[in-house]
Amino acid sequence: MTRPDLQHSPQQAQPLGRTVLSSTDISRALRRIAHEIVEHNKGTDDLVVLGIPTRGNVLADRLVALLAQIEGTQVPVGSLDVTMYRDDLRRQPVRAAAATRIPTDGIDDKIVVLVDDVLYSGRTVRAALDALGDLGRPRAVRLAVLVDRGHRELPIRADHVGKNLPTAKAERVAVRLVEHDGGVDQVRIAGGADDHETGEQA
Amino acid sequence: MRHLLSAADLSRDDALQLLETATAMHDVQHREVKKLPALRGRTVVNLFFEDSTRTRSSFEIAGKWLSADVINVSAKGSSVSKGESLRDTVMTVAAMGIDGLVIRHHASGAPQQVTQWVDAMVVNAGDGTHEHPTQALLDAYTMQTRLGDLDGRHVAIVGDLTHSRVVRSNLILLRTLGARVTLVAPPTLMPSGVGAWAAAEGFATSYDLDEVLPDADAVMMLRVQKERMSGGFFPTPREYTVGYGLTRERLARLAPHAVICHPGPMNRGLEITADAADSAQSLILDQVSAGVAVRMSVLYHLLGGSE
Repeated sequence: MTRPDLQHSPQQAQPLGRTVLSSTDISRALRRIAHEIVEHNKGTDDLVVLGIPTRGNVLADRLVALLAQIEGTQVPVGSLDVTMYRDDLRRQPVRAAAATRIPTDGIDDKIVVLVDDVLYSGRTVRAALDALGDLGRPRAVRLAVLVDRGHRELPIRADHVGKNLPTAKAERVAVRLVEHDGGVDQVRIAGGADDHETGEQA
Repeated sequence: MRHLLSAADLSRDDALQLLETATAMHDVQHREVKKLPALRGRTVVNLFFEDSTRTRSSFEIAGKWLSADVINVSAKGSSVSKGESLRDTVMTVAAMGIDGLVIRHHASGAPQQVTQWVDAMVVNAGDGTHEHPTQALLDAYTMQTRLGDLDGRHVAIVGDLTHSRVVRSNLILLRTLGARVTLVAPPTLMPSGVGAWAAAEGFATSYDLDEVLPDADAVMMLRVQKERMSGGFFPTPREYTVGYGLTRERLARLAPHAVICHPGPMNRGLEITADAADSAQSLILDQVSAGVAVRMSVLYHLLGGSE
């Protein structure tokens, strides 16, 4: 029997599904990605980190803070809005555009690390690559994502992945980050078979 | 939002969203490649029955930067000058399979009428002395960049109110955004029946610029439309400047944070002096630059998604 004092607890207000990454898992994954970036780049020279709105921006800021801790250098960070470059613009109601912020030195000959929360079809990343092409010519572009859930529709892969998460197409991956969503950091998976699975791991 | 015919078509949320998108669009102007693919494959016709350089060219640039195909049709040198009616002209253009129609016409209400004849989305780029909604949006956008949120701000609109279509759109939009507005003009250039209008819309009127000026966060100087001044609206240009021009002395009495706008083209020395037009408080060139960003935002919101 449900305790009356828990009937309206925050836990009940959460969406269906189970938590696949907790707050600790997320910070551990980001720290590992930051180390991978430093190792691959042999330092942080010429790096530029660009988040894809909206949660990619939060993750980009966190990565840059971690890079500062690890290497003691401040890597330029910005934001790359890809709304106008999406290939599904005509199929959906108008999406609001967000601002693009590029560090003052630009991206020419830099190593750009694109950051997003979930990698799925690959179409957002394709749009981001098109948007980058209009802004300059980076020496290399790398991709860091918190979750790779598969189901790619384009030949695109991530260089740095927080967690590979095999999913069914019917499932939904929901990322919550404190700075954007409030509450606690977590990644949840819902939908499909999990619709019936309301048991929490939290 | 299917068409943009009047500033009254915009709710507060619509207006804020258009202004926010304009901010994102403004970034494009500073890029090496000034192009976004958002309207690829869409065709927009600029149908101008009145002369206009800045509005027509800013709509043209806006469409092109969004990758739309843009065609300009002006009344001069077209079948309109051979006597074709507005309806036939519009229907002919629309039959070519266009997606958007940007229209300027000397008759108030013409763009509204055009929506009855065609399926394409219609943007009013100025109709008679009625409305010019994208001008109001770009004015609000420009003021926002310097003043921040316009809610509670005081804007004085000064000059030839009778012949200006900018006034009506600005008044509606500024009220939608929560600004206080005072219309300032000599009695001869104050629209007839303004009292009832002011009471209904909640704005103030004044014949005394010097009284309004110190309290204004923004002053919008309107062009004295010499071409429409067939009646004796004021005795001499000199007298107009003394009473209602933004002179060096008045510039000094403006609050330090206040901004100066002018929809252009300016009559320097008549409604505004060079000191004011070129001062650090002037946003006149910013308005021109904002025109492209705001029109990109409007075209994107009207044509960018599915219907």
